[in-house]
Amino acid sequence: MNLHEYQGKALFKEYGLPVSKGIVITDSNDAHKACREIGGSKWVVKAQVHAGGRGKSGGVKLVNNPDEAKEFAQNWLGKRLVTYQTDAKGQLVSSILIEECTDIDKELYLSAVIDRGSRKITFIGSSEGGVNIEEVAEKMPEKIIYEEIDPLCGPIGFKARKISKVLELNPDQTKQFSKMFNGLVNLFIEKDLSLLEINPLVITSGGNLHCLDAKINIDSNALFRQKEIQDMHDPSQEDPREYEASKNDLSYVSLDGNIGCMVNGAGLAMGTMDTIKHFGGNPANFLDVGGTATQERVAKAFKIILDDKDVKVVLVNIFGGIVRCDLIAEGIIAAINEVGVEIPVVVRLEGNNADIGSDILQNSGIEIKSINNLADAAKAAVELSK
Amino acid sequence: MSILVNNSTRVLVQGFTGSQATLHSEQAIEYGTNIVGGVTPGKGGQTHLGLPVFDTVHEAMKKVQPNAALIFVPAPFCKDSILEAADAGIELIICITEGVPTLDMLVVKEKIDQLGITLIGPNCPGVITPGEAKLGIMPGSIHKPGSIGIISRSGTLTYEAVKQTTDLGMGQSSCVGIGGDPIPGSSFIDILKLFEADDQTKAIVMVGEIGGSAEEEAAEYIKNNVTKPVISYIAGQTAPPGKRMGHAGAIIAGGKGTAADKIAKLKECGVEIADSLVDIGKKVEEVLS
Repeated sequence: MNLHEYQGKALFKEYGLPVSKGIVITDSNDAHKACREIGGSKWVVKAQVHAGGRGKSGGVKLVNNPDEAKEFAQNWLGKRLVTYQTDAKGQLVSSILIEECTDIDKELYLSAVIDRGSRKITFIGSSEGGVNIEEVAEKMPEKIIYEEIDPLCGPIGFKARKISKVLELNPDQTKQFSKMFNGLVNLFIEKDLSLLEINPLVITSGGNLHCLDAKINIDSNALFRQKEIQDMHDPSQEDPREYEASKNDLSYVSLDGNIGCMVNGAGLAMGTMDTIKHFGGNPANFLDVGGTATQERVAKAFKIILDDKDVKVVLVNIFGGIVRCDLIAEGIIAAINEVGVEIPVVVRLEGNNADIGSDILQNSGIEIKSINNLADAAKAAVELSK
Repeated sequence: MSILVNNSTRVLVQGFTGSQATLHSEQAIEYGTNIVGGVTPGKGGQTHLGLPVFDTVHEAMKKVQPNAALIFVPAPFCKDSILEAADAGIELIICITEGVPTLDMLVVKEKIDQLGITLIGPNCPGVITPGEAKLGIMPGSIHKPGSIGIISRSGTLTYEAVKQTTDLGMGQSSCVGIGGDPIPGSSFIDILKLFEADDQTKAIVMVGEIGGSAEEEAAEYIKNNVTKPVISYIAGQTAPPGKRMGHAGAIIAGGKGTAADKIAKLKECGVEIADSLVDIGKKVEEVLS
């Protein structure tokens, strides 16, 4: 799950990290009041969407008076911001962060991820901030440091000092950084983060470290123990069908083809998409209906797939392991009747009682092609999609 | 021979009295697996499926001497259960549960590595040695004792590979689902080592998917250490970047972990690639002929 910048900064503040004074508004009429409360004569206004690349798309602006802040809010609130990280539809702007302006002396980079190779939380720091970190890694590898956190030890001071060297910090800034590092490791662990990025981390004209941005992702598997984070969820930033699916415990990802897919198991669901492509078709989605494939779940899955009006045919691919295929077949028929599916459906059943399941589907009186060989089923679906 | 489990493996089921554990324990017993009891805190002293229930793994160790644990407890409690089994001295722990927090796994992995314990999963179908023992949720009926070792990050995709090798008469030595999470207890390499050393295994099928670099690391290992033929299929060739494809670990992040990269690396290291899911069995047959 992703957080907005203002939510990330609230967490930063909670952990003692230096962030700008800021106020979030959802109504442009509040812009004046917010600017007055923050004080000063210059402000930064930032459209709040989950995607990166906001600055280059006009979603961040330096303003010199509250009227400009209001104008910016009027322009963006309720609109969708398209950046290089979003699709063509962009993401809805439903709040604006107004912040005091920070005078920058130097931009640095800092992030932390869970590195799958080393199986550790790994901090990545660089003296080259505000730029694409992959480019720095490629062209100036000496300017970048990777520092692993031992899960049984947590934050240790020398790690912060090592990173400080690469960030080229002076002794005073190193002290500030050590405190920050402590806070960031604790934040990462206590709130179940999967990614944290401060790009840029800056040195202000006064010589102090300051977090100018905050990007935070939370491990979805850990949300059960993060009630406060759950409340920060903003479904407007997600594909509506993906959100609907997740509410129903289905894994769904929207794609741009026209063959709807319903499969049990994530690996097989990917394999089914690949098989469709292999035979010249285009999958409309990834959908894992789960291990049991009951009538209820299949019906919900059909509803989500059919909500995509590009879908011309649905390929159902179920490997009946523990659950018998005849029961699954009955569930599919009941679900199709319940939902009222009007486009062709190709079903491939494999596993326990696959033949009986297939007979049940063929004799159901509804238009289902039952083909128990996956290659033939995929070919049939591709043919029907043209 | 086989790897990890056989008919003398003494299995303790953690979360024994829950509905999933009950269903799959019944099937495992029917398959011939030697389940010696289970653990459900608070239900110690009861009998379930004709077997003793204990409050703690340590108590079970004293009474029924298990050497493998099969875990079905809900995700919030998996870290606790795995560490309990490890602390009690169980050598092989298989965790079926999906949805274990990643940070829990960082601690678990560090600890079990220190103790030299084998953990399979979480978020996996388990391990089966056909005809001998089934420690997991896979359908026993599609398996057949034979010569192919199968390792996979996905459940139902493993079943496809199993079914195809069964249909072509080759059968399987053992099948290991290492799970779809970003931090698995065992990697492809851990299991490749075991299959390489196993006399019954003539060829190895490795089913990978997008995300991470486990396949690339395995490819490098195979090139230098595995003499048996390895056939691989990689799922997610059509997956878009930045989206989690069901499994927590199946995500192309920052342009890394694509199917194309993995396939290229595997080919470079001499691994045979099944281009399509439907051709895994055929490819194995072709390589062995």
